[in-house]
Amino acid sequence: MSGATAALVAVELRKLAARPRTWVTIAMLCLLPVLVAVLLAVTDVAPRPGAGPAFLSAVLANGELYPAAALGIVVPVFLPIAVAVVAGDAIAGEAASGTLRYLLVRPVGRTRLLAAKLVSVLAFTLTAVVAVAATAWVTGVLLLGDAPAGASVAATTVSGSPLTTTDLLWRTGLVMLYVTLSMMGVAALALLLSTLTDSPLAAALGGLALLVTSTVLVALDAAEAVRDLLPTRYWLAWVDLFRDPVLWTDVQRGLLVQAGYVVVLTGAAWANFTTRDITS
Amino acid sequence: MSAAIRTEGLTKRFGRVEAVTDVALEVREGDRYGFLGPNGSGKTTTVRMLLGLVLPTRGRTQLLGADVPGDLARVLPAVGALVEGPAAYGHLSGRANLALLDDAAPGPGSRRERRARVEEVLEVVGLAQVGRRPVRGYSLGMRQRLGLAAALVRRPRLLVLDEPTNGLDPQGIRRVHDLLLELSAGGTTLFVSSHLLAEVEQLCTRVGVMDRGCLVVQDDVAALRAPTGRVLLAVGDPAAARAVLGRRVTGGDGARLVVEGAPVAGVVRELVEAGVAVDEAVAERRTLEDVVLARTTAVGEER
Repeated sequence: MSGATAALVAVELRKLAARPRTWVTIAMLCLLPVLVAVLLAVTDVAPRPGAGPAFLSAVLANGELYPAAALGIVVPVFLPIAVAVVAGDAIAGEAASGTLRYLLVRPVGRTRLLAAKLVSVLAFTLTAVVAVAATAWVTGVLLLGDAPAGASVAATTVSGSPLTTTDLLWRTGLVMLYVTLSMMGVAALALLLSTLTDSPLAAALGGLALLVTSTVLVALDAAEAVRDLLPTRYWLAWVDLFRDPVLWTDVQRGLLVQAGYVVVLTGAAWANFTTRDITS
Repeated sequence: MSAAIRTEGLTKRFGRVEAVTDVALEVREGDRYGFLGPNGSGKTTTVRMLLGLVLPTRGRTQLLGADVPGDLARVLPAVGALVEGPAAYGHLSGRANLALLDDAAPGPGSRRERRARVEEVLEVVGLAQVGRRPVRGYSLGMRQRLGLAAALVRRPRLLVLDEPTNGLDPQGIRRVHDLLLELSAGGTTLFVSSHLLAEVEQLCTRVGVMDRGCLVVQDDVAALRAPTGRVLLAVGDPAAARAVLGRRVTGGDGARLVVEGAPVAGVVRELVEAGVAVDEAVAERRTLEDVVLARTTAVGEER
């Protein structure tokens, strides 16, 4: 990354951090797992294994598994909504407020601006994921883990083998990375739409339309032929990172699918943005 | 003198509408150029093409000697611009906005020097005392001054300003005019787009007039404001003056007379020799308004 690009990325990150909306969104993302943890702790009623959000049944036994479970809770809907809103705002928000033209005549290169925006969306997603995992770890340790038997039970993998703390740490770390990267397909579409319209809302909703379509098609047998190409198809594959040994197949496929979306959609965003008239 | 802005056959089509047709601008370095025209005449589209925001359908543009848009990034650091109103991030202070914009494509100098420069321009436009108040709470005039400050941060050689005094009160307008004249005296080329004839007349040495996408006038203000060949008089005894000048008096009202036929000195001498006291005598000049109205209507009739 050249110095000019680094400077621009730093500016984009400062803008992201200075925006109250960023932190409100992240706080709301963190709130849902906390709510679930409180309910679990109060009732001690875990979903039956295999039912309910992935992984959740295991956390009653050990609170340190809760960060991964919490990510499982926000992955299907909440996190992609937040990411689509931020990515949809990337270019369209600047266009709507009129600041886009002043950035471009400064001059900030269009390709460079798009790249910096993509990095800032990635940074937002990662921050949100880390924040959710951190709150979940605190709530998990404080509220959960006192299994009905009363004795503290060591964490185990989904396969049943015991987990050391080191194991738990790197596996949770990988889950955080995987979840972050899983959001990039939706982010790339919202970013593309963000270069096509001057309305941040329209761009975010377009990103969500992809999410909904994909979720519907994944569950539809008639869509079997395209299922493996859908962006949400491998979103829950992070559970495989808690198997012993780790089952990499779906994780790899999931990353590949996301990479495909990112390359194609940001390529289209670049082609459009660098040749477009800025009339906002 | 070299050209600060030069375009040839600059044309922009949006779908089926031709917004700008064959515009050939020539702004010399050091000019104070007034870019006039009613709303919707293609002024803003032209300004956007100069800055590479809108890509032309046809035509060539050079800005400070660089080809637009190909070579534009090289010269834009030397250009300050205010395009179609100011814009800023509402939740940040004016100071934070300028710092962000400056850091997005940092110019030469250390961070400390650049921050000092931000303070300096805030002082220049009179916003230094506003402090940490977010731009959201700024008045229209304050936003406008912040936009000017943003254009000035880099000490530009060329200032491209779209309606620079929009939303300012009379003192504010005066202050901006003084500032622009001062910058111009320091060698900055000004390209000021406006629909206010009086502003351009006061400020500019050269004008271009847009009408329906075409550049219909481009000339020095001095040349446009040529004498009309009439003399404006104020005399003590209008009846006596009329008697002396006869049919050459073509208009007037009370003590004021409009007389056909220059020079002024000749008319005055005639009256004085006839014993008519002359209080005022001046050669009538066309106003910029006359010129602009005449040319823009002419184009309207051609179509």
